[in-house]
Amino acid sequence: MKFAILINSAPFSHQASDTAYQFCQAALNKGHLIHRVFFYHDAVYIGSSLMCPPQDEPNITVHWQNLAKQHGFDLAICIAAALRRGVLNEQEAKRYGKSSANLAAEFKIVGLGQLVEACLTADRLMVFGG
Amino acid sequence: MSILHTVNKSPFVNNSLASCLRLAAQGDGILLIEDGVYGGLNHTGFTPELEQALANFTLYVLQPDLAARGIVNQAHPKVQQIDYAGFVDLTVFYTNVQAWF
Repeated sequence: MKFAILINSAPFSHQASDTAYQFCQAALNKGHLIHRVFFYHDAVYIGSSLMCPPQDEPNITVHWQNLAKQHGFDLAICIAAALRRGVLNEQEAKRYGKSSANLAAEFKIVGLGQLVEACLTADRLMVFGG
Repeated sequence: MSILHTVNKSPFVNNSLASCLRLAAQGDGILLIEDGVYGGLNHTGFTPELEQALANFTLYVLQPDLAARGIVNQAHPKVQQIDYAGFVDLTVFYTNVQAWF
């Protein structure tokens, strides 16, 4: 079965991104596919390469990068949510005259169309939020 | 066509579980995750509503979230405890998944 994942809430303040990660691991272990993980609202912070959690705590950004690389699925970040919160790739940093970009490797800044496409392509949409 | 409802908030904090129970259809499954697991406990102020819900729906609780909160032993005996692999199986078994938060 093909899953699309939508994460709506911030890392550290909410459990949603951890639950979503563990759900994806369990689904992949069972031979299911993850089509795309879409980070929306405060979840876009997960795509910042500048987060430095203590070394004895899980680094959720690195966890997602590794899982996506290993299984070949998209890590998609909503552009409108990301720009507001200062999560920028090179192109957007240049467009808005910012001194640097901070989007983590493997993550892509995309439009909401990618969420719609994921919903249409996947058998199930899993929403982790709030 | 039955739905799996996921609820991630405690019924002592907001109304998402109460709303879910009001709108779910007979035969649906309700999975309590994250702080939602507090809704699946025995001997709390919410237990009467929980027992009423058990007549119409199948209730599940994510065991790792109970364990993280140290309340595995307080779970209601009629609420089925599942792990993440069981969570995945439920999303396949039910035809849709609806998240409440």
